[in-house]
Amino acid sequence: MMARLRSYAGFMVVPALSILLALLVASVLIIASGLIGEEKRLNLLLPLVAYRSLLVGAFGSFKGIANMIVAATPLMLTGLAVGVGLKAGLFNIGATGQVLLGGFAAALIGTQVAGAPIWIALPVAMLGGMLAGALAGFIPGFLKAFTGAHEVVTTIMLNALVQLTVSGLVNDVFRAPGFSFARTAPVGNAELTGVGNTTLHLGVLFALVCIPISYWLLWRTTVGFEIRAVGSNPTAARYAGMNPRRMIIFTMSLCGAFAGLGGAVEILRLGYYPAVFGTSIGFDGITVALLGRSNPVGILLAALLLGAMRAGAPLMQIQARVPVEIIDVIQGVILIFLAAEVVVRQIFRLRSAGTGTGELQTITRSYGEKVVG
Amino acid sequence: MSVAPSPPARLQMRGITKRFPGVVANNHIDLDVKAGEIHALLGENGAGKTTLMNVLFGLAHPDEGEILIDGNPVQIADPADAIARGIGMVHQHFMLIPVLTVAENILLGAETMANPIFLDRNEARRRIIELGKRFGFEIDPDARVETLSVGWQQRVEILKALYRQARILVLDEPTAVLTPQETVEVFAVFRRLAAEGHSLIFISHKLYEVLEIADRITVIRRGEVVGTRQPAQTNEDDLAELMVGRQVKLAVDRGKSHPAEPVLTVENLRVKSDRGQEVVRGVNFNVRAGEILGIAGVAGNGQDELVEAITGLRRSTGGAVHLAGENIAGWPVRQRREHGLGYVPGDRQKYGLVLGFPISDNLVLTQYYSSPFARGIQREDAAIEQWARKTIEEFDIRTPSWSVPAGTLSGGNQQKVIVAREFSRDLKALVLDQPTRGLDVGSIEFIHKQAIRKRDAGTGILLVSAELDEILELSDRIAVMYRGEIVALVDGPTANKEEIGLIMATGGRAPAKELPTGTSGPAAEPPDTSVRGGTS
Repeated sequence: MMARLRSYAGFMVVPALSILLALLVASVLIIASGLIGEEKRLNLLLPLVAYRSLLVGAFGSFKGIANMIVAATPLMLTGLAVGVGLKAGLFNIGATGQVLLGGFAAALIGTQVAGAPIWIALPVAMLGGMLAGALAGFIPGFLKAFTGAHEVVTTIMLNALVQLTVSGLVNDVFRAPGFSFARTAPVGNAELTGVGNTTLHLGVLFALVCIPISYWLLWRTTVGFEIRAVGSNPTAARYAGMNPRRMIIFTMSLCGAFAGLGGAVEILRLGYYPAVFGTSIGFDGITVALLGRSNPVGILLAALLLGAMRAGAPLMQIQARVPVEIIDVIQGVILIFLAAEVVVRQIFRLRSAGTGTGELQTITRSYGEKVVG
Repeated sequence: MSVAPSPPARLQMRGITKRFPGVVANNHIDLDVKAGEIHALLGENGAGKTTLMNVLFGLAHPDEGEILIDGNPVQIADPADAIARGIGMVHQHFMLIPVLTVAENILLGAETMANPIFLDRNEARRRIIELGKRFGFEIDPDARVETLSVGWQQRVEILKALYRQARILVLDEPTAVLTPQETVEVFAVFRRLAAEGHSLIFISHKLYEVLEIADRITVIRRGEVVGTRQPAQTNEDDLAELMVGRQVKLAVDRGKSHPAEPVLTVENLRVKSDRGQEVVRGVNFNVRAGEILGIAGVAGNGQDELVEAITGLRRSTGGAVHLAGENIAGWPVRQRREHGLGYVPGDRQKYGLVLGFPISDNLVLTQYYSSPFARGIQREDAAIEQWARKTIEEFDIRTPSWSVPAGTLSGGNQQKVIVAREFSRDLKALVLDQPTRGLDVGSIEFIHKQAIRKRDAGTGILLVSAELDEILELSDRIAVMYRGEIVALVDGPTANKEEIGLIMATGGRAPAKELPTGTSGPAAEPPDTSVRGGTS
């Protein structure tokens, strides 16, 4: 029991320290921002003021907590889109493209079923988003399995392709008349509206259900066993009679489905697809997955943390006059420390992790390695 | 070679103690090596040989004890320090960069400069050739390392140490990757080095090699020196007992085999290598239920590709593989397994195990999807755990728990996990590829016994091994593979080692020998060997 606890603690220690280090680094920037801001004076306590208002903004009111959960919802999904892929030895950088395609499909389907009852319109639009995302994941999966094309390269290409194609379509073919800017028609009953007078919506439930499902899939099923085996040692998986090609395609499609659902949630919350849909949830998924150690429960916690920062940032800007962009900085620095785990272990003189760092190897190993024989 | 009785010894390690959390890897170990001596360090995996050598090479720092070189106490801080003091290490896994030339590899880290910017390649080349000549092997400094055979790559490693003016050479299982012929050649190099006054520490667990090459043998067990012997005063049984701590049967009592009908028949099989060359060129043989067919051959004569084609990891380009009456060529791996084929792979860490997975998961790596380990797509963790507990007990896998990652086990125990998984099924045929490579005598004994047991239970076993001794010890019939063909098929128990060694090396067939009874299948015809010759 103690050993088990200790191993969990060991599991969380680097993410926790990475967050701490990122907050320290951001403190310097916050102090610097005070020097060039309106007051132009050196205030060493400014970081504390900023972090306090960040906390109050996220947790100080029911509305703040609701905002946190709503901000965390798509991050859970994109976190799974990256994290489940890492378990299979795949670095899915394509969550962005999968999010966009998923969102676009949800918007188009939503306009078609806008008049249908909500219990039909909403699931249909969400499912459409998932399937579109799955397609966007299937393509790089297929290419990797049968040609060896590295998923990092193909998904980056696909991100650009999806982004430009979709925005072209929204500007032209699917542009709804009667609006001053390019956007698709409203999704009507498929829209995710706030419940009561909060921002909480039904999409939260969809995301929350995906967490235990992923956990069950990875750890309690033979499919998950195959995913993890292919991720840890593809040659041994082949030797054991598994089919790494099929698993790679399946996992990439599954990841795409998660990301597509994330995109659907974001678009249906908005109610339409705008010509410029700039969202960072795809890339934020990488931070969430690494912070959560590719573990669905960890991903849930990491998504909530990032969601809290997003939800608390506006109050921080108002109270401490620290720009909200500092959140992006913190997030970026967390990611750097997580990826460079060795650095964190050096700083805090921790012993090396032993066998627990398979996900890191996936993102740091060189491109073009032949995985499938 | 006479050793001048001039104390002090070249190297003295006094009372070396090194503790790791939970274990004492070295417990007051004394070791002294004289100038011009080949000193063998013998011990099972995990006995503490590697730790001791890491201490010597500055990779680990002892908790107690001291190291003296030529009688002077020294502190060895790191490998650079060790090299500066004339200690050279030849690792079991070569530390060479394949795409660079011999000279470039040797220069790496010990650059001979013409001026502050450019290397003095000519001077380096000259020194390498000179060193090679002095120790009896002429090497081309401009050859790319990847084009060299394993035996020559090893010589590059040795040259690397000599180039850095090593006087104490640590050779970590140098023969593990060599063929018998290469071993003979490299032993000549070792003797030459010793004759020139170098001190060699020879790490091995091959008893007969140690007896052949060493001037003295120090045996380590569980971190302690349990004895030092001279080859003339000891023998393999004595050394094995020292090493393991109990009497070990080196030759398995294989009993008499009772072969029945052929279960695995290979017909005119053709297979291509990764580079697209046909490396299995029309192979025919059959394995009968209840016998062991050994495939002898120098590594790289198509055995790997043959095994992969039989087990389904590689597509064959022609011919057939019949398993219990059905042609399985073209079947996927899983279908072959379900039809009764077992396989212990040659590279256990690459193919046989998922090192990060618990032992229990590795024990069901090939059957995880079937009852009782799964119901539908749900894993039955309780059944898996129960199976793991039982199998660990039955196959004597030394581990604190069924849930620890397989990567934390010693090599012998890792192999036992694979053997346990493959042997504990009902099998028609079983392919054993290098089943005891790199293992200590205790584990070898265990695995050989299990193989005989499986044979007697009526499984047809195909044994592929680079260890001719292993082939001779276990096989009921022996096929010799040479350049992608079976060039000879002889009776196992009466086989002559020298004769087979000669066929392995030249492909030439010994005078026709009556094949053992019951070889109904298409036996190999002696190919025209007159045009071929020389070792590969």
